[in-house]
Amino acid sequence: MLKQTEGSHAVAEAIALCRPQVICAYPITPQTHIVEGLGEMVKAEELKKCEFINVESEFAALSVAIGASAAGVRTYTATSSQGLLFMAEAVYNAAGLGLPIVMTIGNRAIGAPINIWNDHSDSMSMRDAGWIQLYAETNQEALDLHIQAFRLAEELSCPVMVCMDGFILTHAYERVDMPTQQQVDAYLPPYSPRQILDPADPVSIGAMVGPEAFTEVRYLSHHKQLRALDLIPELAAEFKAQFGRDSGGLIRTYRTDDAETIVVALGSVNGTVQEVVDEMRARGSRIGSVSIGSFRPFPLDPLREALKAAKRVVVLEKCLAVGLGGIVSDGVRKSLSGIVLNGYTVIAGLGGRAITRASLTRLFEDAERDALEQVTFLDLNADVVSYELERESQTRRTGPTAEAILRRIGTVASNIG
Amino acid sequence: MHEQDQQIKFYQTGTFTVGNRLLAENQRSVQADMHRTNSLNSGHRACQGCGEALGARYAIDAAMQATGNQLIAVNATGCLEVFSTPYPETSWQIPWIHSLFGNAAAVASGVAAAQRALGRPDVRVIAQGGDGGTTDIGFGCLSGMFERNDDVLYICYDNEAYMNTGVQRSSATPPAARTATTPALGPAPGNVFGTGKNVPRIAMAHRIPYVATASVSNLRDLERKVRHAMGIHGARYIHIFVPCPLGWGSAPADTIKLARLAVETGLFPLFEAHDGQVTSSTPIRHKVPVTEYLKLQKRYAHLFGKEPDLGRIAQIQGMADRNVDDFGLLQ
Amino acid sequence: MFQIRIHGRGGQGVVSGAEMLSVAAFLEGRYAQAFPSFGSERMGAPVMAFCRIDDKEIRLREPVLAPDALIIQDQTLLHQVDLFSGLPVRGHVLLNSSKTLDELGLAGFARGVERYRLCTLPASELAMKHVGRPVPNAALLGGFAAVTGVITLDSVLAAIREKFPSAIAEKNVAAAQEAFDMASQMVEAIDA
Repeated sequence: MLKQTEGSHAVAEAIALCRPQVICAYPITPQTHIVEGLGEMVKAEELKKCEFINVESEFAALSVAIGASAAGVRTYTATSSQGLLFMAEAVYNAAGLGLPIVMTIGNRAIGAPINIWNDHSDSMSMRDAGWIQLYAETNQEALDLHIQAFRLAEELSCPVMVCMDGFILTHAYERVDMPTQQQVDAYLPPYSPRQILDPADPVSIGAMVGPEAFTEVRYLSHHKQLRALDLIPELAAEFKAQFGRDSGGLIRTYRTDDAETIVVALGSVNGTVQEVVDEMRARGSRIGSVSIGSFRPFPLDPLREALKAAKRVVVLEKCLAVGLGGIVSDGVRKSLSGIVLNGYTVIAGLGGRAITRASLTRLFEDAERDALEQVTFLDLNADVVSYELERESQTRRTGPTAEAILRRIGTVASNIG
Repeated sequence: MHEQDQQIKFYQTGTFTVGNRLLAENQRSVQADMHRTNSLNSGHRACQGCGEALGARYAIDAAMQATGNQLIAVNATGCLEVFSTPYPETSWQIPWIHSLFGNAAAVASGVAAAQRALGRPDVRVIAQGGDGGTTDIGFGCLSGMFERNDDVLYICYDNEAYMNTGVQRSSATPPAARTATTPALGPAPGNVFGTGKNVPRIAMAHRIPYVATASVSNLRDLERKVRHAMGIHGARYIHIFVPCPLGWGSAPADTIKLARLAVETGLFPLFEAHDGQVTSSTPIRHKVPVTEYLKLQKRYAHLFGKEPDLGRIAQIQGMADRNVDDFGLLQ
Repeated sequence: MFQIRIHGRGGQGVVSGAEMLSVAAFLEGRYAQAFPSFGSERMGAPVMAFCRIDDKEIRLREPVLAPDALIIQDQTLLHQVDLFSGLPVRGHVLLNSSKTLDELGLAGFARGVERYRLCTLPASELAMKHVGRPVPNAALLGGFAAVTGVITLDSVLAAIREKFPSAIAEKNVAAAQEAFDMASQMVEAIDA
């Protein structure tokens, strides 16, 4: 059924349709509306046979989810930013134990400096923990991915993070098509655990594993992600057959067939990128874009196929490998192993800075002329940076950096973009 | 089952016996029962004389009997978890999960929630951990579980330090005790006076349905408290005193004796509390001076010798005397 | 595509206003996107919300930098925030105020130069009258419908009824209705 609703609420409704049995919640901007929505549904008894637990920290949230999942029930939680870091030990634990927990990440920057706005630094910090990571372009895809995520997680016995851009998607009202309970039930069968804490058949879960077997256990989780490379497109195809639309999958290409310049990005910025691609195409540019839907497992082969004939690739990242440049770029480079083309990393949108059509147009035009640096910080205020570096070279007691920069920029409220 | 229909005199049973032919069958300890579940089976790798292994076996077998063997255990990282599951073996005969160090209470809350979601109210959950995993790193999750009144019995096996990592000080380490991070050096040797957390009292402050302290020196009391706890729904906490021969520098054969001395000095009061109020305490039969207890442990050796540290010993005695007063342990 | 930018302060229903606007467009079978731009939850801080309306799927995610219409919910922002940034010639401005343009220091905008199509509406007063709270968003939406014609009043009222519980919804509906009527007369006067 078509609805105009907030992204978080759409996701909450979709999760409710997946018949979760335990949901744990700890508030953090910008995911809070999701768990609040679910909490309401449980309290109003719209979502039945579901326990909703208000926990005292994110670490507790994922811990409760681990206990519930190990006891054999479908489990869900959500977090962002600092909260994801606070539960980091449990994130690795859940993956190591092979528990099919689904968790939404309302992507938000990690501090310091504290920042509540969107970028991908949070989910990127956990990219190697063993969770599958899916990124949504739109709120429709965000809700669809959660349905696919439970299916994927339970088939593989591997936890799945569904990443949606904080504020940009979570707090955006847009049109979505909400599936029916029957459609979801047909796609997502009841959870059948591979392991379960049950007095009828006792097992010990979580024992220490020594040098004799640790590598093998790790290899098996690596193998799981490799299997996911096949399973994700299969489940997306099945989703399309059942629900009638494209959602999910490893990558999505846009006008790349004869493209000389291809832009690669994750999440909602792809919408703006596609608008710019259309405008530039109309002016004669041979440009296209690729949206990476699955960041873990990383789709090396599909990316290689999509990019190999281009002259240059621009990787547009909402994250930063401090001191190095791009994170997504590393994966893209791996996929292009042996193929020679120009690769550019663009760090954009950090801490919620708007990525505008105008900036992207200038950027892509520079790329077309190969007039880009290896690593570019989009819309960097060079004056502010120079001033701060100069100040630091003159004085020892410079005070907190962030505050100094804010003073230079002036009041924030008067800015639009 | 829970009420005594036969008065037991101490001289009839002693405390060295696990079961006793003089008692009615239903008053014998769970450990005396041939059909006890041995939830923590033999073959684990605990040290000789480990109080925690003893306490865990007593407690979990009692809980199994009380729940008709419908029990799931969640275990924090620590000695118990490590010695009970030496790869590739496990000595647990019940469903058991090792959580992380600081989240046994939260994982247990999740397991309990799952049972409700599955419509299985008969399956009960115990979370267990050492003092480190309970009073320090696990404190946040513990308080959260208490505050929500989740249906979990949390058992803390208190050997008064981080033993598995090499005897480091925790907030349960008593004053003056030597540990690797509170060495017996300098003008204030051993652990500092005026620090530490009393988690049973903190549990009581959460007004949870049941809090109790117990000791491996009193098997029946321990079993009774566990059984009583399993008859209650909601958050419950039992704090069990478990000597550690290795960490305390005591003789392995002295474990139960030390546990009894800790009770009889007043240093470890045995009591129960319901809904935040103390409802009973176990009287001390013959009060013993703390030196009798302290001198058996090398971790207090620096208090003795040619020039005993009378000041510190007196402070420890004062703590014991205060407990006796607070809980009315001398009748 | 029609783009709207709403300016106000936290607590004035700026974000809800944009959301209701998007719902109104949805009810007319169109695509709409509404999203906020704010800091931490705090009453009184300047807040912006954006709304895009189109007949095809909206992919663009940047803030509304070139609005076709501005709704200004709090006149104290006029000299504090660069409200008119990106507004084209003949762009619509709907301003919540009971003062005249002269009193507001905006005379140059409308008279003679006709740079923006500016309409003031005492939306807070209408809200106080009908709803009992000075939250002007519903009234401003009624005014918006009249001034721009981008959505119908019926859609606005339906969106209001979806947003609020029925008793409060009807009060907001009344405010929106009166604002629509007021604004319709002003539009006739401006275009005359």
